[in-house]
Amino acid sequence: MSAHEKGLRNPLKRALGLGSAQSGVGHWWTQRLTAAALVALGLWFVITVLCLMHADYATARATVAKPWNAILLIAFLVTAFWHAVLGLQVVIEDYVHTRWKEVVSMALIKFLAVLGALASVLAVLRVALT
Amino acid sequence: MAEFSLPKNSKVQPGKHFPAKDAKKPRTFRVYRWTPDDGKNPRIDTYEVDMAACGPMVLDALLKIKNEIDPTLTLRRSCREGICGSCAMNIDGTNTLACTKAISDCASGDVKIYPLPHMPVVKDLVPDLTHFYAQFASIKPWLRTLSPAPADKERLQSPEDRKKLDGLYECILCACCSTSCPSYWWNGDKYLGPAILLQAYRWIVDTRDEATGERLDDLEDPFKLYRCHTIMNCARTCPKGLNPAKAIAEIKKLIVERRAL
Repeated sequence: MSAHEKGLRNPLKRALGLGSAQSGVGHWWTQRLTAAALVALGLWFVITVLCLMHADYATARATVAKPWNAILLIAFLVTAFWHAVLGLQVVIEDYVHTRWKEVVSMALIKFLAVLGALASVLAVLRVALT
Repeated sequence: MAEFSLPKNSKVQPGKHFPAKDAKKPRTFRVYRWTPDDGKNPRIDTYEVDMAACGPMVLDALLKIKNEIDPTLTLRRSCREGICGSCAMNIDGTNTLACTKAISDCASGDVKIYPLPHMPVVKDLVPDLTHFYAQFASIKPWLRTLSPAPADKERLQSPEDRKKLDGLYECILCACCSTSCPSYWWNGDKYLGPAILLQAYRWIVDTRDEATGERLDDLEDPFKLYRCHTIMNCARTCPKGLNPAKAIAEIKKLIVERRAL
């Protein structure tokens, strides 16, 4: 914006911008919900892994295949990807100010998170169902 | 991307040195200087001031420098008692008011004085607060009502309801908090910042105001409000001891409260 244009525009126009997006609360609340879920699921995950420390492959596989363990593991993985993508979104919004880079990186993290989540769910299902 | 290093023409250079003659208790002040007129980079000028003939506050030293050593030094000041917010600047690494910051409370060694961080500089210690004030205007900081005003008296408020404004009404809009906030540094064009959000909350909790819903509507935005990541620099730096981060958290709670979970 040239100094001339700047001088003609009222600063209030710039401050008001495009107005309120009427959103953001969903993101904020989901980030907190997934964080709370990850505290419980993360604790369960760490304990489960610790219990398997000296187990052989067959025992580890059998543990993952137990229905409750499989369900909790899938819940943990999906929540972790979900929470990660919400956090990364904030980082991009904070620091990436070139519009096309912002759009591309935002799309990229979302695609990668969905792919990662799908792949890990499939991995757990293959162990649990075969 | 957000800029993490200064552009070439903003790199600060060493400046002039003004030694004190026959000073009984000399103290050195390192002050940021920049003028738009000469096309030069900003510089740090060094002033030695005799504390034996100077008031106790940083503002006293700055005015002594301006009056007796270097009249070109430019700064804003008015009330000299922490109520107008004009002399907000970065002293000894923290945003505060020069008039209420005692020189003796600064770390030993040189006293470093800069303008408020990450604002366009008009000259020396004077930042351009145009956008900050426009953002304040954008939240419509006045009592908004639908009901007609009582004919023969003011709109009354119980002492309990009035208490809800304590910790909010004291804000003098000095901009110390907003300019200490990294989120405001990176996204100040859209993020309203702690000072303006505290002011917005001051009207949201006012029991006489009838535009609470509209006020929350206007704030519910990923950039205007949700850039606050509870960094807490605002609360740490506020020269009036207020807690803008808490006010922002209260706004977020109210926005959650009015929606279906």
